[in-house]
Amino acid sequence: MNLKPATLARIEEVIPHYPVKRSAALPLLHLVQEDQGYVAPEAIEWIAAKLELPPIAILELVTFYPMFRQKPIGRRHIKVCRTLSCALMGAYRTCQEFEKHFNTYRGEVSPDGEVTIEFVECLASCGTAPVVMIDDELHEKVDPARACQLAVKISAEAANRK
Amino acid sequence: MPEQRRLIFQHIDEPGYTPDLACYLRQGGYAVLRKAVQRKPEELIDEVKKSGLRGRGGAGFPCGVKWTLVDRKSGKPIYLIVNADESEPGTFKDRHIIHQDPHQLIEGIMITCFANNVRQAYIYIRGEFPHGAAILERAIAEARAANFTGPSVLGTAYGCEIYVHRGAGAYICGEETGMIESLEGKRPYPRIKPPYFPAVLGLYQCPTIVNNVETLCHVKHIADMGGEAYARIGTPNNTGTRILCVSGHVQRPGYYEFEVGKVTLGQLLNEVCGGPLPGRKFKAVIPGGSSAKVLKFGERYKGKRKVGAEMVDYDWGLEDVPMDFDSLALIGSMGGSGGVIVMDDSVRMVDALANINAFYAHESCGQCTPCREGSQWMKAITTRMVRGGARPEDGALLKSVADQIAGRTICAFGEACAWPTQSFVQKFPDEFKAYAETKKADPDSRAFELA
Repeated sequence: MNLKPATLARIEEVIPHYPVKRSAALPLLHLVQEDQGYVAPEAIEWIAAKLELPPIAILELVTFYPMFRQKPIGRRHIKVCRTLSCALMGAYRTCQEFEKHFNTYRGEVSPDGEVTIEFVECLASCGTAPVVMIDDELHEKVDPARACQLAVKISAEAANRK
Repeated sequence: MPEQRRLIFQHIDEPGYTPDLACYLRQGGYAVLRKAVQRKPEELIDEVKKSGLRGRGGAGFPCGVKWTLVDRKSGKPIYLIVNADESEPGTFKDRHIIHQDPHQLIEGIMITCFANNVRQAYIYIRGEFPHGAAILERAIAEARAANFTGPSVLGTAYGCEIYVHRGAGAYICGEETGMIESLEGKRPYPRIKPPYFPAVLGLYQCPTIVNNVETLCHVKHIADMGGEAYARIGTPNNTGTRILCVSGHVQRPGYYEFEVGKVTLGQLLNEVCGGPLPGRKFKAVIPGGSSAKVLKFGERYKGKRKVGAEMVDYDWGLEDVPMDFDSLALIGSMGGSGGVIVMDDSVRMVDALANINAFYAHESCGQCTPCREGSQWMKAITTRMVRGGARPEDGALLKSVADQIAGRTICAFGEACAWPTQSFVQKFPDEFKAYAETKKADPDSRAFELA
């Protein structure tokens, strides 16, 4: 496990927030996933050892909580809300627009490795539906035209990096 | 048009209002906490009891009663968990408190902690609010540096720490015992009650209070104006203000704060939210988050209800129903979390139910067989229907599955996932019967795809 010093510092800071070490499992999973991009088998072992737990106590969290993943994803993570209020305002078309632009399908990494598009459940911004989270940023009222703009922006940023 | 009364959302979207401590202090922030720590904790609990405040998270349970149930004789520490999981579809009020006015929440938390002798509070915030979590952490650090939290609150012997704990995308963590399990680092399988009432055997088997973000903000205002004055806001047994979140097919979706019971559903949707979209008509509304039973425009509700000490007749069209806990319960739905989802005549109810069923099938924690299996079957049936395989008997089949879930599970998720199916099928039976033909006649409905 090769965690960044800042991640390790945060880990040491967060464990004493709880009278029982096991409570730090979710915070540690977040920190490790943010550091590594996903939760690898050795990360599960590492967190378990850190919290003095059997690895299954960590693995069962990774398989239950939707935000944790065991495989790398695209460089950018596009999460389209599909729950009722967003669907009523056209979220399925929004998602299709992203899929078309990146030549991929929800749940998969795009062929260029740039994005992973996902349908997620309610993001708690139903009044500005449809909403999309790109990495940590919430985007509101993302109709297909807006989705296209956002997709073009992501592609441009990717091109600039190369 | 009915006037909003912004108590909790007073500063939300106010130009120049920022989430930092300096701004909050300029608005008189933490003055209520300053006064509160000079009072007896029991007095504060009494104010909240007198206020009649009911929980704003979903169940509408009286907050003062919740606090009274806490086991104070066990000698164990008492914990407060702030439910900032805001995941009931249709609800988006706590998001704005957290992002725009975090110190109002922290002040409410600290008054609650002081009143209940809590020395450790956790804010359980949903994983999808990464910025919200960071804003709260910054606000807590500011408040701690100014001695509004920490080892010695405002120079007194009383100390209390607040930590932020992030969830990771599971709806069931909003259920209070599921939240406790999650905070203990486990899968959020709700606990069975009895014996695991949080007030007695909660976090780490210690007495625990779990309160919603908005509820705790109300506590601040109750401590400020007094329980009796607060109880004069709103209507009897439905006191104070509440934030209604409107989404779906209206002209002006958004959040609106009203005295509870002082606005009817019709005023809210037609006047406040500007009515239906051009050329459309309202068809159905879910009044309290997606778990609440659906209401149909054109329905009438008749009966007797209690007003004060008297029983009076009521005869309401859907648009006449006051948006309070008791009235919505009376007509067979609930105020829930305040999330009002509106559907117009472009929506086929089977499609909407298919969307809701997919949500609940995804979110069932899997602990209880009726819910784990039933939610999957309801999703399977409605998905088959929208994919072209509808049968006339599907409505009855859906109902039979739903009827076997509600009341047979550890937590209220069983009801939450059964109620939509039960109410959709009951109120729109013809749409379910005729769905195959409807779909054949109009495969590309002008409605958006919903599932």
